[in-house]
This record gives sequence, structure tokens and C-alpha cells, in this order.
Amino acid sequence: MKCIIIDDEKIARVILQTRCDEIDSLEVLEDFPNAIEAIKYLNRNRVDLIFLDIHMPKFNGLDFIRSLKNPPKIILITSNPNFAIEAFEYDFIVDYLLKPVQSDRFKKAIEKAKRKNLTFISSEPNSSVKEIENDFYVSIDRRLIKIDLPSIYLIEAKGDYIKIKTENKDYIVHSTLKKIEEKLPDSLFLKIHRSFIINIKKIIDIEDNSVLIKKDVIPVSRSKRPELMKRLDLL
Amino acid sequence: MESPNLKYINQLAAGDAAVKEELIHIIKTEFPEEKKEYCKSIESGDFSRIAEIIHRVKHKISILGLIEGYEIANVFEYNLRNSDLKGKAAFEKVLMAITAYIKTI
Repeated sequence: MKCIIIDDEKIARVILQTRCDEIDSLEVLEDFPNAIEAIKYLNRNRVDLIFLDIHMPKFNGLDFIRSLKNPPKIILITSNPNFAIEAFEYDFIVDYLLKPVQSDRFKKAIEKAKRKNLTFISSEPNSSVKEIENDFYVSIDRRLIKIDLPSIYLIEAKGDYIKIKTENKDYIVHSTLKKIEEKLPDSLFLKIHRSFIINIKKIIDIEDNSVLIKKDVIPVSRSKRPELMKRLDLL
Repeated sequence: MESPNLKYINQLAAGDAAVKEELIHIIKTEFPEEKKEYCKSIESGDFSRIAEIIHRVKHKISILGLIEGYEIANVFEYNLRNSDLKGKAAFEKVLMAITAYIKTI
């Protein structure tokens, strides 16, 4: 993957360059101390991945993200995860790394970026390759919380909020069911009612108009039932 | 109190002397300048400017392995963004520890 680094701190750029040198598949084309120079470069050159510092003076990382027309994958670099919250609204944001960047965490982020590329490539019909992201991030009280996707068994609409129920904990997130549905893999999740998305692998029991997941009995809309039954045939 | 160290830099450099030297050079060059800027901004009472400088310095604090120092900087930065100087003395102790340490590396 061809990448560039944008960070106003010289030491951060050197650290990222060194981390990139550890991975054969990464080629750092350029590094930039500010986002304006990077935009000029991107107008003339194509890259696969950008390491982007969020907190920069004047034109910050979020301004940069908003200015991109055809954004490549982006890994955010930050001292404070709160600054990354807004950016996670965008699909092309792969991950975020806290400064100073640690080797293991860096490698995981690169693997995620590669998986995202693979998903894109394999999205043709009949492709047998299907990559599923195993986690995603939600913002709660100005903090980014990572949730393991397979651990989610139920998502319920609650007015302007959604309640995400996992094996270990429940989360209340300011979002809509529609928005989160777009981010979930079809192979695991299905909206079975206007207020509920379920993890179909967690179903214990099905009755005519409801499913039992853990201890929750969830209604199934009449219109959603055929899709649910079709999915279960595939399991 | 914890002491500054080169553990992170050594791990990152993984035996590459040039990388290690470059990182140390950046710290030794930039940190004194940032400390000066900090002192000036404290004198002028420009809270947002002080917070900006702390934001830059705290990356170096964590690179030098000061976990508590990083938290102290975080708290002070947060307070400054709310126009509060609480945490100044603790933060300046961290600056002094780094000032003394970089003379030895």
C-alpha cells in the first residue's frame, strides 16, 4: 500500500516512518507537516492509505477529511481519542492510533486497512471471499468504545438512541437503527422489526412472530419473517 | 517519582542507531524551545496557547516513558481549556525532570 503521513510534529512523522519501514507491504511516498501541503500532493498523486494527525493547528485533521473528494483509507493518529470521534462518521476511516504509536497496535491497524481493501475487491457477485470486520467503534460520552461485533446479540431503537446489547455489557449510543444497520455485516445481522436488529447466530428459539435471543423475546415483523427464515436456512 | 527513560525509543529503533539518534536529536532540540514557549505563554496568561504547547510536549513526555507525567499533562491541558491553572506545579515538575534528563542523553 502506498501511503503518506500528515503530522505537524516532526518526531511523530519519524516514528510513523519507522513503523512503516517494519512492514514490507507499506511504502511511504511522502510526509507532510501540514494538511494543506498534503492536499496539493493528493491532487497530483494517488495513495492507498493516509496516516493523519487529528490535532494540528489552523487546518486540522477533520478539516482535511472534509476536504477530500475521493478519500483513500485513513488511519487517525491522536493523543486524545475524543478528537477522533467525529471522524468515525466516515467509512474510509480504518482505525485510530494513540501517540506514541506502539508496534503491535500499528500492525493491527495495517491489517484492518488491508482487510478493508480486500472487502472492497471481493464485493463482486458470487465472490467466495468475504472479510468481516470483527469490531467497530461507537462514541459514548465523548469516548470511543470498541465493541466486538460477534458479541452483539441485539440492537434496539430507543427514540434518538440505540441500545446495543452484548454478551458482557449494554451500551446506549446516540444514533439510529438505520445508520448502524449500514455498518453491520449482513452475514451476522438482520433487522427483524422496525425497532430491532438481531445477531442471527444468537437465536435460541423461534416462534411464529417472535425470536428468543438470550432472555429477550423480540417481535418479528410479518414482512421480515421470510428473510429471517431464508437466512436461517443458510446457517 | 518515575524517571524519564529511552525504553520506547530503543524498542522503536530496534538497534538502528541512526533512528535512535534522530529521535533523541529532535527531543533535545525541540523540547527546550517548547519549554521556553510554555514559560512565555504562562507569563502572558494565554490559556489556549499554553494548552497547545502542552499538547505538543505531552507526546514527548510519553515517548520518554513518563506515564504519570503524561496523565499530569493531560489533566493540566484539560484544565487550561477550561481556563483553570490547576495542575501547573505538577506539570512543571515533569518539565524539570525532562530538562535534567535530556542533558544526560
